[in-house]
Amino acid sequence: MLGYAGKVLYVNLTTGKTQTEKLKEETAKKYVGGIGLGMSLWLANSKAGVDPFNADNPLVLALGPVSGTMFPTGGNGHAFISKSPETGAVGEAVSHGTFGAEIKRAGYDAIVITGKAEKPIYLWIDDDSIQLLDASNIWGKSPSETEEDIKTELGDYYVRVAAIGLAGEKLSKIACIINEKTRAAGRTGLGAVMGSKNLKAIAVRGTRDIVTAKPEEFMSMVKEFHERMKGPSTQKYRTLGTVENLLINNSFYCMPTRNYRNAYFEDAEKVSGEALNERYVSKIIACSSCPMRCEHEAVVRDGPYKGTMARMEYESLWALGPYTGVNKLDAIIKAAELCTYYGLDAQSTGVTVGFVMDCYEKGILSHNDLDGDAPFGSAEALLQLIEKIGKREGIGDKLADGVKAAAAKIGKGSEKLAQHIKGLEVTGYDLRCLKTAALAAAVSFRGADHNRSSAYAVDLKGKIDRLKAEKGRGKIVKDLEDTYALIDSFIVCKNARGTFYKDLQDMAKLYNLVTGYDLLPDELATAAERINTLARLINIREGLSRKDDTLPWKVMNEPIPDDGPVKGAVVTQDELDLLLDDYYTARGWNLEGVPTTAKLKELGMEDLASIVQGKQEA
Amino acid sequence: MVKIHERKFVSCDPDKCVGCQICEYACSNNKENAFNPIKSRIRVVRQNQLVNMAVTCRLCEEPACIAACPRDALTQSEETGIILIDKDKCNGCGWCIEACDYGAMMLHPETKTVYSCDLCKDKEDGPQCVKWCPEEALTVVTSDVLAQKARISAIRKLFQEKRP
Repeated sequence: MLGYAGKVLYVNLTTGKTQTEKLKEETAKKYVGGIGLGMSLWLANSKAGVDPFNADNPLVLALGPVSGTMFPTGGNGHAFISKSPETGAVGEAVSHGTFGAEIKRAGYDAIVITGKAEKPIYLWIDDDSIQLLDASNIWGKSPSETEEDIKTELGDYYVRVAAIGLAGEKLSKIACIINEKTRAAGRTGLGAVMGSKNLKAIAVRGTRDIVTAKPEEFMSMVKEFHERMKGPSTQKYRTLGTVENLLINNSFYCMPTRNYRNAYFEDAEKVSGEALNERYVSKIIACSSCPMRCEHEAVVRDGPYKGTMARMEYESLWALGPYTGVNKLDAIIKAAELCTYYGLDAQSTGVTVGFVMDCYEKGILSHNDLDGDAPFGSAEALLQLIEKIGKREGIGDKLADGVKAAAAKIGKGSEKLAQHIKGLEVTGYDLRCLKTAALAAAVSFRGADHNRSSAYAVDLKGKIDRLKAEKGRGKIVKDLEDTYALIDSFIVCKNARGTFYKDLQDMAKLYNLVTGYDLLPDELATAAERINTLARLINIREGLSRKDDTLPWKVMNEPIPDDGPVKGAVVTQDELDLLLDDYYTARGWNLEGVPTTAKLKELGMEDLASIVQGKQEA
Repeated sequence: MVKIHERKFVSCDPDKCVGCQICEYACSNNKENAFNPIKSRIRVVRQNQLVNMAVTCRLCEEPACIAACPRDALTQSEETGIILIDKDKCNGCGWCIEACDYGAMMLHPETKTVYSCDLCKDKEDGPQCVKWCPEEALTVVTSDVLAQKARISAIRKLFQEKRP
């Protein structure tokens, strides 16, 4: 089974014992790799209802069949999977860089980490040698500092490191896992799962060869994709970067502003991707194997934030800028740098700050509560609140677990201001005027998210009416989700999705050239559907149901107020119900969102049928 | 014998290099039929996010690696200037690795003999790293050409404001 390393590593941090097991060919074909393989390993190694911070909650790190090869963007991704402390549902986050390829070269398709170390440790994987090393000296440090210290301690510059910051150590449910200083497995609070295990970092050096089944044809395909990556499908990422979305979304009135008070930011020009690139972007760099290169490094060269450097993307720019009403780019870059320093998911952090500012303006939180003022647009408040969240200081202790937990503690109607789905904070697309995206966000297995399907793109392309909830959207979302499940299982980069001109055919060809298997595009489509169904089964086992497939309060109760093309837009319960019914039907699930036994049989998932037993009558 | 001014080597422009490591993959694939950076003749260094550069053999005029070899395993090709390694003589002692200022000499993890860039002498289209580099950051140049480029870039920076 080329492409795959053929091995899964099990590490128990309580006992210090490690063992490897063969990756079964059947499992590999069934769940592909990445999030698919990761979720299946998580499910097989956990008990229903496990507390995310319990030592028995496994943290799975998974690679894909193309990880470690030269395939553009395919060589470099890795996925973390666990039960999310923020949502209680599937926790899953993918990151890129070089870390994933290094693990593959060390000889593993996945690592299942269970238990809890007695003291802070880091995991050192040196090919076959697995060690748990003391991390007391690096406890409290930022992911970047941690990486430097570990490289120095191990005496090897080419060691790759993924680490948590202070936020993860303090079990902040919006903590992320950062590799190579700037790349984050950001969402669903998996940094806190690492923290709960006293696991500061994972360091890896892999020296094995990665070979493909059909080297010559594989290299031709690589060559072709290098050419495609110079074409129009990746132009955005190569030039302005994802930050280009800011002015575009604003012009569509679909950019949540000031905690969903508006869908349009009057100061968008000041914080646009264009302005960011012109004034602050100093260098664009790449993950390993990627000829597209999209990582935009912004550097502040003067003023109060002189010397600040952060990687900027649309979501971080939006969350820390328009969503908090802050219109100063240098302060936003500083805010992003702080999130990286503490190891916080910048999206969730920005949304949490926006929530606090809304609470402040509504009188729910006072100057005394906050130890300061926090009106919308205050850069000072933004930076101070991030510091407090990162350190769990003062009000930060209440905020460090995201908006849902914060609202539960604050009360006074703040629940209505907490914009999340299943506990995960919203992203930079106003769901009131993007109804396909609203459905996609409601059913996304990891909570409010645009990255499980990018359904917003369908709304914005204009071939359908984005303000209309109608039958047919369910199938659109299902198909997109399936493509995205494959992308995250291979693992290739979502920014490169446009280079797969024929999704399934291209991906099947790639899979077969690497592995030597003969998977048909249809079989890959079935695998994709299986992976999404698997995520649903996990969520059902953990107690989620149709009622959790919902939308943030404001999306359903506060119509867009801004004069413009979408004034008055909102998603009603009737509309949501229509969309959910349509989606469940497209998936072959019953109207409670439970996969039918027939569907499970069709997907070859009879082994998991016990999860849905007794839940199918509705 | 090739004169020093005509000797060509692979050079990296740090302004263009993005640290993608495609050169490492292309090199190890060509030389070792595998994707494995530690078997690449060219290595990428990312000092920080802003400073990225690939480094390989400079084909020096008086190579320190050759001088350091106690077993006379290394010689320099008179024709091309590349370092020729006699694998039978090399015992992997690593003195050449220590002597090289550029980290261009490396020890093969399996054969335990050293290797360095040979400009893909067996390839008609030349060094594969240069061919694959998506940023055109890598070029095969002589020191003369490098000096020319440096002069032009220095002058351009100096008189930036006078450009039309």
